[in-house]
Amino acid sequence: MEVGQMQRQWMDYTKSLFLEGYLDGQFLQLQQLQDDSNPDFVAEVVSLFFEDSERLLNDLTNALDQKCIDFKKADAHIHQLKGSSSSIGAERVKNCCIIFRSLCEEQNIDACIRCLQQVKQEYFLVKNKLETLFGMEQQIVAAGGSIPKMELSF
Amino acid sequence: MELCNCIDPQWPAEELLMRYQYISDFFIALAYFSIPLELIYFVKKSAVFPYKWVLVQFGAFIVLCGATHLINLWTFTPHSRTVAVVMTTAKVFTAVVSCATALMLVHIIPDLLSVKTRELFLKNKAAELDREMGRIRTQEETGRHVRMLTHEIRSTLDRHTILKTTLIELGRTLALEECALWMPTRNGLELQLSYTLRQQNPVGYAVPIHLPVINQVFSSNHAVKVSPNSPVARLRPHAGKYAAGEVVAVRVPLLHLSNFQIYDWPEVSTGNYALMVLMLPSDSARHWHVHELELVEVVADQVAVALSHAAILEESMRARDLLMEQNVALDMARREAETAIRARNDFLAVMNHEMRTPMHAIIVLSSLLQETELTAQQRLMVETILKSSNLLSTLINDVLDLSQLEDGSLQLDASTFNLHAVFREVLSLIKPVVSVKKLALSLHISPDMPMYAVGDEKRLLQTILNVVGNAVKFSKEGSICVTAVVAKPESFRDNRVLEFLPVPSDNHFYLQVQVKDSGSGINPQDIPNLFTKFAQCQSLTTRNAGGSGLGLAICKRFVNLMGGQIWIESEGIGKGCTATFVVKLGIPDRSNESKPSLVTKNPGNHSLTDFAGLKVLVMDDNGVSRSVTKGLLVHLGCDVTTASSSEECLRIVSHEHKVVFMDVCTSIDRYELAVRMREKFMKRHDRPLIVALTGNTNKLVKENCIRVGMDGLILKPVSVEKMRGVLLELLEHRVLFETV
Repeated sequence: MEVGQMQRQWMDYTKSLFLEGYLDGQFLQLQQLQDDSNPDFVAEVVSLFFEDSERLLNDLTNALDQKCIDFKKADAHIHQLKGSSSSIGAERVKNCCIIFRSLCEEQNIDACIRCLQQVKQEYFLVKNKLETLFGMEQQIVAAGGSIPKMELSF
Repeated sequence: MELCNCIDPQWPAEELLMRYQYISDFFIALAYFSIPLELIYFVKKSAVFPYKWVLVQFGAFIVLCGATHLINLWTFTPHSRTVAVVMTTAKVFTAVVSCATALMLVHIIPDLLSVKTRELFLKNKAAELDREMGRIRTQEETGRHVRMLTHEIRSTLDRHTILKTTLIELGRTLALEECALWMPTRNGLELQLSYTLRQQNPVGYAVPIHLPVINQVFSSNHAVKVSPNSPVARLRPHAGKYAAGEVVAVRVPLLHLSNFQIYDWPEVSTGNYALMVLMLPSDSARHWHVHELELVEVVADQVAVALSHAAILEESMRARDLLMEQNVALDMARREAETAIRARNDFLAVMNHEMRTPMHAIIVLSSLLQETELTAQQRLMVETILKSSNLLSTLINDVLDLSQLEDGSLQLDASTFNLHAVFREVLSLIKPVVSVKKLALSLHISPDMPMYAVGDEKRLLQTILNVVGNAVKFSKEGSICVTAVVAKPESFRDNRVLEFLPVPSDNHFYLQVQVKDSGSGINPQDIPNLFTKFAQCQSLTTRNAGGSGLGLAICKRFVNLMGGQIWIESEGIGKGCTATFVVKLGIPDRSNESKPSLVTKNPGNHSLTDFAGLKVLVMDDNGVSRSVTKGLLVHLGCDVTTASSSEECLRIVSHEHKVVFMDVCTSIDRYELAVRMREKFMKRHDRPLIVALTGNTNKLVKENCIRVGMDGLILKPVSVEKMRGVLLELLEHRVLFETV
């Protein structure tokens, strides 16, 4: 596949991610911060996000598994996850976190467990999408092209 | 014949007689001598005998009599002349003294007798006094009883206790057989037997209230004796064989709160009385004494007062309970209202962000879509989507703005802006519509209008646009004329519609904008409703114009916030209408005229060297957002150090750092960190600026930041441009608080 086509594919894919709400404007900001002096900025931040989130999701699963659930601790974890996801621009994950927080306040155990499942689901989805996106970028770079700048302005 | 016993005594025959006489005389003499001795002895003993000299006389008389009898002893036998002489002398003396005594006694005996009478009199008096004292003592005891009774009555505020105590105490004090209280019934026509002393449960006896005996009692405030046979006194069948005891009845006024005028004693002419009947025991011969009656009257009065106190207390307790209930209800209502307001604010806070984001996404993406290759049909569809979403976005903004305005939480920005440019922008925005509708639009700005003004540019633009837009919306043909002048007080002096006098000063001037259109006009009756939220006139011409009906309401609020007034005049349907508003704007200083606004419209004329090497410290405990913020600042050329906790931050921070970016969530230790950092650098002028980064649009966060002395607050998400502007502003002014 030639570079132009790959680039177009990449652009379409990115747009679809925005349209479907997986990512929001914050992700674009991240991309803007990537330049020659900092070529892997986005990848670094995203992998940091993956590590952080997986750790947090594990902690959360443990917390909710206890006989006597410490809602405050769960809330603190979710707060972290929300912060991370909004810094990345992972919008759906962030929204799920918001819902989880309110359920935590209500101390509704069943709903919390269900919501946690949903958070995990969203997280894995966005992880998948981002990994696909990075795969595409690597292919473009390997073929000698450059990643086009997305000019969506809100 | 004298008693000279010279005649030959015939001794044997009269010797016995002689002997007896002899002995008798001897004894007589003895007695006569001993009597005075006794007298003297006893008189000496008593000190009060007043007639001592009488005693002496009497004594002398007796002694002489005794002497005579003694001398008589010698005369039984033949005796000498001396004896006879002595005898005669004695007798003479005796005679003298006796006669003197007899004469004396005539005077003395009445005296002595009167002493006796006086003595008797005094004894009687003493007995009488004793009796009196007995009576007084009884009275005093009764008085004490009354005081105690009153005390008992007054120490309780319960009606029943008062009445029962009265009856019991009265019964005890006066030793009554029966004591009863008749209360008027609700309808006021009968007296019902309510309390008795001896009977435990008085049967529901009732007598009509208009009996003559009852009237008699009620008409006087004294205790009145009634016949034991009267209906009020016949409480139980009379079983004794004696006549029934005397019965007394007294009225007890039942006072109401309204009887107590402020300056008068209670008026008893209201006529609501109860009747108290007291019966003495039937087998005693007692009668009602005056003091007992007085006691009864006093008690009746006291009872009346005590009852009224009890009634007053009941009333005030009831009022207090009512007030407390009302208080509780009010408190609950207030709390509910507060909860509702808080819920609404929370909702708005969330919606504020959550609603705008998808809206923007829709708008942006559809505008992007417009720029791609589309078929004509697709283009039409996309345009419709764009139009509808713009409308929706405006609607959302309007509603959110209005609720902020309602809250009073909306604060106007104040910055210097180009006034003429605002008008030009309005014109350019409205030109397309105007040309489509083939209307003529003209703008006149008066020559003395300053070029720059200080105020809220965005909201002024919104207001002018709304008013002009309305004029355009409601005009199907003709012209629209917009005039902008500096308002003068003279032109308002005649204006009786408003009490508004714009008085310009050195710092402010009043901008007056008038928009005249020749459109469909407004019925003068509808004019007051124009500025009401959601109210639209129902005429046919306006029904298809659309809009939420909020525009003018929002304009009015903006104009009021800007210290001005807005009003609309119209001569009627079809005669066009004129909308005018006046707002207060500030006059900028010369030095501020060229100040660039924070939100620069043309990004690009700044170099990264502005921030080259600027040492900043980023503190955030979330790894991801920390690296994002760091990346942002690195991109702008700063020299970034990071800290992931408050302790680390305090350790690392030094005076070389110019700015510290601190992520604040709701945890309090962030604020403490700010305080401690300030303390650390208190003496230095080159301490780092502390700026809070938060995604929370809560006003409380902002207030807390200001309170602990932070130098700034910015809202996440931060774009590169935004961060650039923030750094510029911070370095220039050393403070930046973004409006929340």
